[in-house]
Amino acid sequence: MISVEAIFDHAVTLALGALCLSFLVTIYRIVKGPTLPDRILALDMLVTTAIGFIAVIGIKTGYALYVDVAIALGLVGFLATVAFARFVLSRGKTEDDIRTEIRDAATMARREAKARSRASAGTMAGNPGAAAHARSGQTAGEPTNE
Amino acid sequence: MSLFLVNVLLALSWAAVTGSFTFLNFAFGFVLAICALSLIREQVGSVGYFSRARRVASLLLLFVTELVLSAWRVAVMVVSPRMDLKPGIFAYPLRVDRDFEITMLANLITLTPGTLSVDVSDDRRILYIHAMDASDPDATRREIAEGFESRIMEAFR
Amino acid sequence: MNELLILISAALLLIGSAFTLIASLGLLRLPDLYTRMHAASKAGTMGACLMLIALAIHAADFGTMSRALAGVVFILLTAPVSAHLLAKAAYAVGYRLHESSVRDEMASKDDR
Repeated sequence: MISVEAIFDHAVTLALGALCLSFLVTIYRIVKGPTLPDRILALDMLVTTAIGFIAVIGIKTGYALYVDVAIALGLVGFLATVAFARFVLSRGKTEDDIRTEIRDAATMARREAKARSRASAGTMAGNPGAAAHARSGQTAGEPTNE
Repeated sequence: MSLFLVNVLLALSWAAVTGSFTFLNFAFGFVLAICALSLIREQVGSVGYFSRARRVASLLLLFVTELVLSAWRVAVMVVSPRMDLKPGIFAYPLRVDRDFEITMLANLITLTPGTLSVDVSDDRRILYIHAMDASDPDATRREIAEGFESRIMEAFR
Repeated sequence: MNELLILISAALLLIGSAFTLIASLGLLRLPDLYTRMHAASKAGTMGACLMLIALAIHAADFGTMSRALAGVVFILLTAPVSAHLLAKAAYAVGYRLHESSVRDEMASKDDR
């Protein structure tokens, strides 16, 4: 017959192992993303896991002070998630939006550079059609570039 | 509310008289105080207190069982090798109208199986709920209306 | 009596850590933000609460126990609020649901 204390020690070790594994998995999600809310959610989950971890450590060592640590961590984690959610709301665009913006800006810049080089080549060769085309490309490009 | 204070005071005096402030002893004193109050319920007018306490307790019990059930269902879904999800957002027409009750209902819905409250419409009539399985929203709506919403209305009105 | 309490708290520890692990696995496997939120806000909350309750049962004195139970109540109050806020913010900004979603009745909200 195994003593109750031995069973309890094994349970604590197993719980710590499972919590370590879930830390790793959650951190993988934070690194991988793919979007900002996903990372915020994973951070929230990390805080929850940490609360559980602190509770297990508190049981293992027998220090009652760990409970206060867990509660304080819960409070900070909640406030952090709320602040991050406010940030997502105030940023007002998704990763896709940002990516599209960057791509648009890049194509615009490329088109402009091409038009400018063609315009300089066109004035050199005395070709008014190419210069006019370049100018129209520039005027179309400017408002979206801002 | 004052009767609840009397209840706690009686439990405290039980703990003081028996001289041990452990949790179990305090809980036992609390139960004893409830018995004592129910003996004199006609005299101190605590009939309403008991029926309300019973309804709040049944709401709490429902909440705990639903939380356990929901965690279990999410666990089964995550662990099963092929996830068969039909997620979606559906609208839920609210019957409760006070801020406190809407908050409570939204929180309870978030902690129950397969549902997560996303938003409340500006006129506070419609609650938008994200569900893991939104293939039959009418059944889910009926479940919420008959479960939490009517319990909340019973307990706080 | 004492041995029974120790066994109960050991069982709660194991179940709680298992739920936390499953919640993080859900975070890993589920397809989009909103379904992941289900895993984190239910199984994760449940796991942390169970472990705090295990601490409350294991600790013999009244102060530790009441603080641990207060922590449980606190987590139960804050977890749905933060999940709700994050979902609302993400939806308002325009993070879309996964392609496998079968309906989105919120999409017609702005039209009315």
